[in-house]
Amino acid sequence: MYHRPTLNHIIKMQIILNGQQKNLDHNITLSALLDSLNLQPDTVVVEINGRIIKPGQDPLPELKDGDKVELIRFVGGG
Amino acid sequence: MLSIADTSFSSRLFVGTGKFASSSIMRQAVEASGSEMVTVALRRVDLENPADDIMTALDLNKIHFLPNTSGARNAAEAIRLAHLARAASGTSWLKLEVTPDPRTLLPDPVDTLKATEELVREGFTVLPYINADPILALRLQDVGAAAVMPLASPIGTNQGIRTTMQVEIIIAQARVPVVLDAGIGAPSHAAQAMEMGADAVLVNTALAVAGDPVRMARAFKAAVEAGREAFEAGLGRQSKTASASSPLSGMVTADLNFIQA
Repeated sequence: MYHRPTLNHIIKMQIILNGQQKNLDHNITLSALLDSLNLQPDTVVVEINGRIIKPGQDPLPELKDGDKVELIRFVGGG
Repeated sequence: MLSIADTSFSSRLFVGTGKFASSSIMRQAVEASGSEMVTVALRRVDLENPADDIMTALDLNKIHFLPNTSGARNAAEAIRLAHLARAASGTSWLKLEVTPDPRTLLPDPVDTLKATEELVREGFTVLPYINADPILALRLQDVGAAAVMPLASPIGTNQGIRTTMQVEIIIAQARVPVVLDAGIGAPSHAAQAMEMGADAVLVNTALAVAGDPVRMARAFKAAVEAGREAFEAGLGRQSKTASASSPLSGMVTADLNFIQA
């Protein structure tokens, strides 16, 4: 049976990822985004619109159009 | 033994993990230093090279993690980084750095005090990086800083202790541990800091840019131990006039006539 594709499958959404615009499929989860970047969830901390989310502890939300997402981790420093 | 907040350290050498040529050299240098506390920074994940992870390079069972707030230019930015650091590391220990001017990287005393106050209230164990200002050290101790980290000279300069007089006052007055930080460029500088009675030193650039960082880490370990041992032994007094180590009686030589009595 034929299913008409919904708009959600066609229209991409745009987020700001670490300061850069990025086009994503609609309603992609944070988990899928980390996967696509080959990032182990427990090595990063995420800020979505200023709210801190700790993958591995907190539930990972779906991303929405216009979200400001920061992926942050420890690096060498003094 | 050194004790900060509720934690004891048998090594008085803290090591920064920045600027090393590779994470493997960094790990070996940390190991050779005998350090039990290393600092790390928080940055955006490099989306071009997301596999690079420092946490896997260090044995976190042996080593305490001290996240810093480097890059913060004011109290608000430092507090945001502190929250991220706590979420990322699970530790509430924090090296608080507020450096508004990238040319000097000198810490902002006003915002450092503000941020310390707020973060202590939120339950952080705060070790603020400060200019060698004895009054500021007292103010920070008063609002609950777990230690103070006065600078020897500006970050990354390897110039040694250019703030001797102020650091001596800080050490004499402080009720919290004093960790001399920044500018320590040679093992002799670290030994000097320990001889002055500093509780610990934090070294990064001097190791990371050394010809052989691992051997340099070993040299710093020995220097910190020697300096601390000397401090505990009690250094002899300095004097402006000579005083012979050998007996002055029973000399076998005749008087010299050009020496005035």
